[in-house]
Formats: sequence, structure tokens, C-alpha cells
Amino acid sequence: MIGGLFIYNHKGEVLTSRVYRDDIGRNAVDAFRVNVIHARQQVRSPVTNIARTSFFHVKRSNIWLAVVTKQNVNAAMVFEFLYKMCDVMASYFGKISEENIKNNFVLIYELLDEILDFGYPQNSETGSLKTFITQQGIKGQHQTKEEQSQITSQVTGQIGWRREGIKYRRNELFLDVLESVNLLMSPQGQVLSAHVSGRVVMKSYLSGMPECKFGMNDKIIIDKAGKGGVTNEAGKSTSGKQSIAIDDCTFNQCVRLSKFDSERSISFIPPDGEYELMRYRTTKDIILPFRVIPLVREVGRTKLEVKVVIKSNFKPSLLAQKIEVRIPTPLNTSGVQVICMKGKAKYKASENAIVWKIKRMAGMKESQISAEIELLPTNDKKKWARPPISMNFEVPFAPSGLKVRYLKVFESKLNYSDHDVIKWVRYIGRSGIYETRC
Amino acid sequence: MPAVSKGDGMRGLAVFISDIRNCKSKEAEIKRINKELANIRSKFKGDKALDGYSKKKYVCKLLFIFLLGHDIDFGHMEAVNLLSSNKYTEKQIGYLFISVLVNSNSELIRLINNAIKNDLSSRNPTFMCLALHCIANVGSREMAEAFAGEIPRILVAGDTMDSVKQSAALCLLRLYKASPDLVLMGEWTSRVVHLLNDQHMGVVTAAISLITCLSSKNPDEFKTCVSLAVSRLSRIVSSASTDLQDYTYYFVPAPWLSCKLLRLLQCYPPPEDGAVKGRLVECLETILNKAQEPPKSKKVQHSNAKNAILFEAISLIIHYDSEPNLLVRACNQLGQFLQHRETNLRYLALESMCTLASSEFSHEAVKTHIETVINALKTERDVSVRQRAADLLYAMCDRSNAKQIVAEMLSYLETADYSIREEMVLKVAILAEKYAVDYSWYVDTILNLIRIAGDYVSEEVWYRVIQIVINRDDVQGYAAKTVFEALQAPACHENMVKVGGYILGEFGNLIAGDPRSSPLVQFNLLHSKFHLCSVPTRALLLSAYIKFINLFPETKATIQEVLRSDSQIRNSDVELQQRAVEYLKLSSIASTDVLATVLEEMPPFPERESSILAKLKKKKGPGAVSVELEDGKERGELNGGGDRGGDAAIAASNASTPSPSADLLGLRSAAPVSGTAPSAGSLLVDVFSEAGPAASSAGVNDDGFLSSAPPSAASEDPAPPLPESDELLNKFVCKNNGVLFENQLLQIGIKSEYRQNLGRMYLFYGNKTSVQFVSFSTIVSCPGELQSQLNVQTKTVEPLVEGGAQVQQVINIECLTDFIDAPLLNIKFRYGGALQNISLKLPVTINKFFQPTEMAAADFFQRWKQLSQPQQEAQKIFKASHGMDTEVLKAKLLGLGTALLENVDPNPENYVCAGVIQTKAQQVGCLLRLEPNAQAQMYRLTLRSSKDTVSQRVCDLLAEQF
Repeated sequence: MIGGLFIYNHKGEVLTSRVYRDDIGRNAVDAFRVNVIHARQQVRSPVTNIARTSFFHVKRSNIWLAVVTKQNVNAAMVFEFLYKMCDVMASYFGKISEENIKNNFVLIYELLDEILDFGYPQNSETGSLKTFITQQGIKGQHQTKEEQSQITSQVTGQIGWRREGIKYRRNELFLDVLESVNLLMSPQGQVLSAHVSGRVVMKSYLSGMPECKFGMNDKIIIDKAGKGGVTNEAGKSTSGKQSIAIDDCTFNQCVRLSKFDSERSISFIPPDGEYELMRYRTTKDIILPFRVIPLVREVGRTKLEVKVVIKSNFKPSLLAQKIEVRIPTPLNTSGVQVICMKGKAKYKASENAIVWKIKRMAGMKESQISAEIELLPTNDKKKWARPPISMNFEVPFAPSGLKVRYLKVFESKLNYSDHDVIKWVRYIGRSGIYETRC
Repeated sequence: MPAVSKGDGMRGLAVFISDIRNCKSKEAEIKRINKELANIRSKFKGDKALDGYSKKKYVCKLLFIFLLGHDIDFGHMEAVNLLSSNKYTEKQIGYLFISVLVNSNSELIRLINNAIKNDLSSRNPTFMCLALHCIANVGSREMAEAFAGEIPRILVAGDTMDSVKQSAALCLLRLYKASPDLVLMGEWTSRVVHLLNDQHMGVVTAAISLITCLSSKNPDEFKTCVSLAVSRLSRIVSSASTDLQDYTYYFVPAPWLSCKLLRLLQCYPPPEDGAVKGRLVECLETILNKAQEPPKSKKVQHSNAKNAILFEAISLIIHYDSEPNLLVRACNQLGQFLQHRETNLRYLALESMCTLASSEFSHEAVKTHIETVINALKTERDVSVRQRAADLLYAMCDRSNAKQIVAEMLSYLETADYSIREEMVLKVAILAEKYAVDYSWYVDTILNLIRIAGDYVSEEVWYRVIQIVINRDDVQGYAAKTVFEALQAPACHENMVKVGGYILGEFGNLIAGDPRSSPLVQFNLLHSKFHLCSVPTRALLLSAYIKFINLFPETKATIQEVLRSDSQIRNSDVELQQRAVEYLKLSSIASTDVLATVLEEMPPFPERESSILAKLKKKKGPGAVSVELEDGKERGELNGGGDRGGDAAIAASNASTPSPSADLLGLRSAAPVSGTAPSAGSLLVDVFSEAGPAASSAGVNDDGFLSSAPPSAASEDPAPPLPESDELLNKFVCKNNGVLFENQLLQIGIKSEYRQNLGRMYLFYGNKTSVQFVSFSTIVSCPGELQSQLNVQTKTVEPLVEGGAQVQQVINIECLTDFIDAPLLNIKFRYGGALQNISLKLPVTINKFFQPTEMAAADFFQRWKQLSQPQQEAQKIFKASHGMDTEVLKAKLLGLGTALLENVDPNPENYVCAGVIQTKAQQVGCLLRLEPNAQAQMYRLTLRSSKDTVSQRVCDLLAEQF
């Protein structure tokens, strides 16, 4: 289990340290600093083992969060905890920065005491944490006995993530499908590897204790429904070609897993406010929003000609945004001339790359950049490794093809029905590591 | 980097560096550096030529980036261009870049060398210095090849500036150290010596470092430097502190130069010329006098400088070892330091005194400080100083003060640090033995030693005391009495019980007359300790009991009762059980006559080198050698009192050869002795020389008063090699055929031939009995790294060997590279149901792969000189253990495999040989020189070969042969 948690600034100074177990000494703090933060070579691995002690770290801007343990702990659990911790801190005081952490010492210790108990993760749900860990210390005194006991019963009860008696004038629901698409493509246009990792994020403002049911075009769910023979003909025909294969998925703790296992239906009592309902991954039938066609020609030892074409591959009515193409340049580049039709392109020496930015681009379009790179002859015989060309973008659809089929809300005790709830659905597809070799 | 003047300051560089320093993270730093590199690249690429200033600035930035740990793969050309600039700062930056960043395979090396050449031939001294510094900093072979001829010329040219000479001398020193073969001696060498006379002190200081290094390699060529150094030294020493101005350091004139001069003189024997010698003695006296003067300054630097010279002078005096007067004065001076406030000084004084103590002239003088040293041992706070004090006490000990020193060391032992206790114990034991006039004192001392520091008393120490007691009739009674008294202490160390058991078992009868120590009392006393002891000690005690039965028949019933008890006769330990059973039977069956014969008193041990001394030597390395020289002499005195005065020489020679002797405890006497080879006596284990393997080998009685039964438990695992197998190995170093091993059952003959790196060995296993051997098998194994050094292939042998028959086995050997260990031969067979398991070392040694090489005298000495690096040489000086017959020696040297070269050495007494060791990986040339000294019955053996391990191994092998 987790032995302790340290938060360092970029210099390796400890901002916060919380040790849960006796087997972790103060020297562990220095060990991580010396071997990871100040290491000569950059440490890429998020898990480092130093003297029989394991360190798991994540970095947020300039801040290092490191979990330390001497036991053989589940690494996935530790990282889940670290990400949750980051989310919780972000929701309490915004951006995780040195300044903010220094200003919120007491809060962080309170949170750590609540979230981890003797190194075992407990409740990390922001909504319920906020009910009893507040940033205004005085507020606690105004709480009545009943309120306090209510909090206690909620936190220790079966539905720890939602308190009773919530009321909204407008019952509203926001549902975002956020996906990031990852790709590695050969210069000839062959897909070497591609996958989409997606999240369904919800923001719910619903009264009472509503029961929700979520449906999407997952192959298994639809097949199951089809076999049951209950769904109408129309639904069957549309879903037949539209359904997608989800490789694996994880759910928020509010989802009833037993029901999912038996009926493949996703039903839950939602927490109040913002939360992540599920995460999933797909690898089949991915819609690749962009295609990059590189052309690199070496002209003698001192010159390099690069031509890159990007093609957008989606409905012409949709608009992609924040497009950025990054073309790496050799280490001995001494000068660059760029010509592009659309957007702006610039040679960034500090990053050893040409960065080409396009604000907006419609579907089924094509754009081109060409660059001449001058090289300085070196006495180093090593050939240039030709790193891949990478791309960033944002598109208003889900590249995995996922569609939300329904989201039903049932609240038996209060007098509003599914039709009274205002629902908003949005799809955003972003680029993950989207690379084409050249 | 010297501070650049304001007008010359590189603002861009300063800005860049401050940017880097202000970077918040590593990523930011890398970004900044990438940006700067791109900028520099575009600048260097630019078509318009850069001016010197910006070139310098960018090269500086590159250098800074490189020093931050990033790779730089361009800019070398620009740096080389800077070399040809006429501005000092630009040239300097260029050289700096080259010395830091140049890689030897660079194609630019020619251009760089050219630039350096130009600078060397310019008349500008600063440019010449820069070039010389660059050569020294790079110091590569290419540089040495290009400039090794040029630099000596600059060094000795009359018109070279002083500062350039200084740099040239140090540059040459560096090249010589890096690649000595490229710096050729020539007529310049004699002129270098005369630099000692140079007006400029800096030149002298630089030159003397060079001369010291050169002369340590070729002392003869630089002989003339002695007189020059002496005169230089005397000028410095006699000068007033103000004479040398810049070279006076805290009122001490030229301390570094003086130390270097004194060190140079230590490379040579005392000067023969009377005048020079007189002057030198005068200098040394002056230095000693100055040490007496009150300090001119209270600063620590002053006293440090002064003492540095003094200690260097004292080492020179010790090195000469011929001036009694000076030695005594040095000793007195050190004596003063013994009580100095500075811990470092006390340490140094004790250390120097240790060497002084071994000189015959100053030994007495050192002894006068005994009180101080003893005091230091008791009160010193620093453990390393206490250690030195103990060393010094050991070194200064002789007959006159032995009792005092031993007593002091004993009393110190009670409080001594654990780290040095074992060594202290060994030292006390050695001193007590060496200077024992009266043996009761010796016995007292050692028993005290065991009492005080029993845990640190090694086996050797108590073996030795028993050895001595058994050999000296006069102390036996006293020893028995003392041991008896010592055992009466309620808690005594196990080692004490061992000694007690042994001595009472042998000589208990001598004190049995006294009713307080009647036989039964003795027995009860011993037996009261029995249950607290470990198994080996219990085994020893059981043997003591059976001896008691012989000595005192009246105790027979009691002892038999003890032996018969279940805890003995059914002991879970096989050894104890076997002893109990056998002793019980022996006592009940055998008649008194038989008993008396079997359990007779142990015969005296032959004299040999004290095993304790050998152990100390092993522990200390060369440190203890000074004692060794006196060893022979002292031993003579020690034994002289007895009846074997003549043995002294033999005893001393035993140091290196295994003595043909029964060992102390009749150990392993069951091992076959039946006439093997002429030197069969050596089959017996010499517990006292290297007791290691014997003690650990299976089924061996560690103490055994008796000839005990043959090893009872033979396991299926290969037995550890017989302890004597090393000696068997030595037998075959100079011959290829013979009998390798023999016992009552088996005889192993060997026949072998070698060609190049290949060898073939025929092993003949002869069954000496009339019964057949069943499941006979042999395995040849190469332990450890030998596996990769030697390739051994064997054919399997018939599993059945008829009585009286002989089977043959062929072994093919291929030498891959040079090796040290020998392969192991493990033989297993069943004889009458009992499993026999024998391990031997196959006599395959590195010299078997020698190819003789004939060469002429000139040739030989040329090669001899080529192999002059210290690690290529191995030398041994040892006593002759056989006669010094010329023909025998020649035969042995030829048997070694080398060619014996006649008429090569100027001294006809000496033998020189040459050969090449053929291995698959390489050929190792090997030269050998053996210088016998008939009067002293000593040999000096020198081996030189192109590989250090080979020299050492061949030397070790051969040293055992003569």
C-alpha cells in the first residue's frame, strides 16, 4: 500500500510531504530528488525503484507528485489515486502550481488525511469531499447537528457520492463525449497503429435521487437487445451498421456493475455536478480525421526539401479547429525558408521543428506546405534519424464512431419525468499522439 | 579563463550564460540551448566571413554548451581558424576549445598540429606557452608523435624564455608519462640535467619533476644530476629566507623545490664523491638544525612547509642508511614530534620511526622513545595513530625490552579497537616466541593472550604454543601447572580448553603428584568444560581422555563410564560417536602395553617457520618484511639453547619449501605413505604452512592424537583436492612424465607432450590391489575462469579395472589464453563396496606451452630493456632448498621449456633463458634470469614478459623448483 506522498517543486524542494507508514524514512525524499528530478538523463519511466523503494510520479506543469512505497502495490491503483488527487486539488484551488500549493498547505493535508487512510485510498469524490472539507474553516461551526449527521450518514452510507434533498428549478444534464485519437502511419500511408481513448463526462443538475440509464451504440449492447426481439425494426436497421466495438471500458463508482454484467445496461444514480461516467478504448473502424502526406528530399549534404500535404477526411459541413503540424528539422539546420498557402508556418529553433498552424479547416479539403532547409556540414557521421511528423487538432465528432442513443432519467418520488429534463450532448475529438513517419 | 578586459568582454556570451542560469526547468534550458545552437549554425553557415571577435564569442558559447553536457558536432573548424589569429584572447579560446573537445580521430588533427607547429616556431613566448599547454592537455599519441622531437629542442635551446622552458619541461613530462616509447633519449638528456643550474627557480622546479621521472627509468643516464642537485640543495638550504624573494613561502625558502630535490636524491645511492657527500651531509644537518630553531611564524603554512622538507630529508637519510650520526639525529627529531600537538605530525613521526627502527644504526636510538610510544598507544585518540604506535612497538622490540613491550601490548589489548585486535594478538604471539629467553614466560604470555582476547587468537597461535611445549622438555611441567590453574577460572575461552586438553593429555602426569591436581581432579576439571565446547574441541577432549587412561590407569573406570554414556556413544555427530566407540573399545580390549604404545607421548616437532609469522606477513603485505630479515638470526638464538643449534639454517629455508615432516597432530597419518616418489614425505599435510585446505577437508580429525581410521564418510560429490596436490603439481613443472599419485590402492602415472598451444596427456591408472575396481570414472574439470582459458577434452575410461591391471586415458589440452590454476582431476571408484573419491590437480602449467627461442646476447638485452615496465617484471629472492648443482639446474631450466642461452650473461654463474608461451589468443614472449649466490645459498629469479600475469605465474612456479 501507499507509504507516503511527496510534492516537489521544479527545483526538487519538497512542498508537502505526508508519510503514512513507518517503513518510509525522510531519506526517501532525497532519494527521489537525486535519482529522478536531478537525474542526469531525463527519467522517462513513471515508476522508479531506488533501494527497494518504489516511487510513482506524475508531473503537473512544474510540480512533481510522487507516491512512495516499500510494498508490492498495484501500480494502476497508485496512478489512479494520483490523477484523482490532481483532480481534487484542481477543483479546490484551480491550477496546480507551486504558489497554489504553498497557499493551501492545510487544505492539502486535510484532503490527504481524508482520501488516504494508512495508505489505503478511501473516498476521492470531489462532490462529497466538498461537503465536509471546506476552504472556509468557520463555516463548519454554522452547520447544524442534523447537517453534520447527514454528511456522516451520506459519506458512510451506500450512496456516498450524492446527498439527499437536492433541488433544482431547472433539471438539466450535460453530456460530453471526449475522445483522443492516436495514430502512427508509415510514409506510404499505411496505418501502423491506431486507437481511440475516450471519456464520457457528465454534468448533472437534477433534483432528488434520480435513476439514470445511458445507452450508446456499443455492439454487444445492441446485439443483446436485438436477440431479445423487443426493439423495433427501425432501431435494428440503423444500429446494424452503426454499432462499434469497444475494447475495454471502466465506469464511475456510481454505475451498477452487477446490472451491467447481467443486462449490459448502464444505470446509475448520478453524483451532483461534474464527473466522469466512463472511459473506453476502441481500435477498430476508426475515422482518421486527417491524412498527412510527407515528401522529404535530400539535396546534397547541405540542403533538404520538405513538402507536406494534409487532407481532411470528414463531412464538408464540419469544421476542424486548432490544427497544428509539427515538422522536425535536423539538428544541424542553419536556415529555413517556408511557403504555405493556408495558415502560418514558422521555424522554431528552440524546438528543432517547423510549426505550421491553421485556425480552421472544413472537411474534404487539402492544404500544403513546402520548406527548404539549409544544413551545416558537420564532422559527425551520424545520419539524421528522421523523427515523425506530428499533428494536433480538434474535430466536432467522435472518431471512434460512438453515438449516444439515449439517456433516460427516472425519478419516482419527485414530480418530473424524463421529458422535463433538458439534455445537452456534445462530441469532441482531439488528437493524441498523431504521427506520420517521413 | 582570465578575466577579459572591459573592451573585450563578450556581452552575448554573458547574456546567454545568465539566460541559462535563470532557466526554471531542464526543458527550458534545452530550449534555450537549441535556439542558441541554431543561431550559431546560421552564423557559421552565413556567406559573409565572421570577424575574429564573433568567432571567438560563438566558439566560447559552444564550449559552454559542451561543458553543460550537450553534444557539440560542429564549430571545430572555426576553433582551428582562431588558432591562427594574432590576438591572444582569440588564440587562447581556440586552444581551449581544442584541448577540451578535440577527438583524436578528427581529420582536423593535421590542421591543429600545423597551427601548433607555427606557434612553437614563432618567437612569441606567450604563443609558444599556449601551444605547449595544448599539447600537454591533449597528450594523445598523435601529439606525442608529432612533437616529441621538437619539445626537447625548445627545452634546451639557449635562447628560450624561462616561462617557455618551464612549460616545455612539464609538457615533455606529460608526454613521457603518456607514451614513454615515443620520447627518445638523446643528447638533450645531458643538457636537461644542467637545467638544475638554471637561474630561474621556476625552470628548476619544472625540470626536476621531469628529471625525477626520467631518472627513475634510466638511472645511469642521469647520474650526473646527483652532484648538481646537491649543490642546488645546499644553496637553497643555506640561503637566508629573504634571498629567494618570490620563492620564499612563509619564511621557508623554496619548499617545493627542496622536497623535489630530496626526492630525486632518493632515486640514487649515496654519492661516492667525498666532497659531494660531505656537502649533502652538511645540507641534511642544516635541515635538521633548522627544525630545532624557533618558528619564524605562527602560521600553519610555515610549519607545514618546514616539516615537509624535514620529513623528506629524513626519508633520504633512511634511504641512505649509512650515516649513523644523521640517523640518530633524525630519530631524536622524530622523538620530539611524538609529543607534538598536531596529530598528523605524530602519525608521520611514528611511521618514519618504524622504518628507522629497522636500521641497525638507529635501532638503539629509537628504543629510547619506548615510553613515549607506549604512552601514545594508551592515550592517543585517533585509531590510525594507535595502529602506527603498535607497529612501531613491534618494530623496536628486541631481547632487551621484549618483556616490557609484550606486557604493555597485552595490557593495551584489553582496551584495543576490534579492528586491530587480531593483528595485535599475532604480534604479541610472535614477539613472545621470538624473544623468549625463558619458556615459562612464553607460556604465561600466550595463556594470558588467550585469556584476554581469546576470540582473536587464531588456530596458528595455539598450535604454536603446543608445538613449543612439546619440543621443550623443561617447560612441560610448568605449562601443565599453569594450564591447570588457568582452567580453574569459571569461564574460560574455548581456545584455552583446547590448549588445556592437549597439554594435560600429554603431560598431566607431571603435576599429578600434587593432591590438588590429582588425575581425577584434572579429569573432572576438563570434563566440566566439555559440554560448553564446540564439536572439534569435544573431539580433542575425547582424545585427551583416552590419553588419561594411559597416563593414569586409575581413571579408567570413570572415563569409560563417560565414553559409554549415550551422549557420547550415540552422539549425532559422526566424528564424536566414532571416537567414543573406538576409544572405548581400545581401552577395554588392548593390553596396557599396546595402549602405552598407541598412546605414546607425541614426538617433538621438526623446526619450521612460525606459522604465525607467515600469517602476519599475509595480513600486512610488505610491511612486515623488515622483521623477516632478522628472523633467521633470532631463530638461531631461540633454538640455539636446545640441542638442535644446527637446524637454524634449515628452519629458515623451510619458509618456502614444504618440510618433509610429520605434522603437529599426526593428522591424516592414515593417508597413504607407501613409497610414492622420493619426496613422498611431503605428502603429509603441513598444517603449519597453509592450513587452509587441510582443516576443511572431509573426514579429517582436526586434532587427532592417534592415527585415526580412514575417512569414514566418502560422499558422491567430488572430494576437495588433496592438500598435497599443489606440491604434486610443483613436481611436474620441469618434467612431463612420472608418477602423479599413489596410495595403497591406486597408482596414477602420467606421460605428456606439448606442441605449440596444444598438449596431449596420457594418464595410466594402475590397480595395485588384487580386487577389481567397480564403476571407475574420472572427470577433468576446469574450475572458475580456467574454463575460458583452457580447453580440455577427455575420453572416458572403462568402468571396470581388474586387479593388477592398468587402464589408459588420453586427455587433449588446448591453451586458449594464459592461466594460473590447474585443472582438477576427480577419480571415483568402488573398492570392496567402499566409495573412493580422490581429487588431484592435473599438472598442466603455463610453462608447458613454452617454445624455446634462441637469441644472441645483444638481442636478449635489447628485448630485456623493452620489457622494462614494472608490472612486466616479476622477481623473487629465495633460499636454495636443494643443492646448487650446475647440471641439475640446467636440466631443470631446460625442462621448463625455455631455451637456455649460453654466453649471454656477463657473469658465467648466471643463467638466462628465453621462450615464447603459445596460447591460442596470443603469444607471450618471456625472458628469464636466474642468479645463484653460492655463499648465501640464495637465488634471485627475475622474469620479464609482455604480460604481467604470466611473469608472476611463471616466477611463482619456478621459485618452488630450486
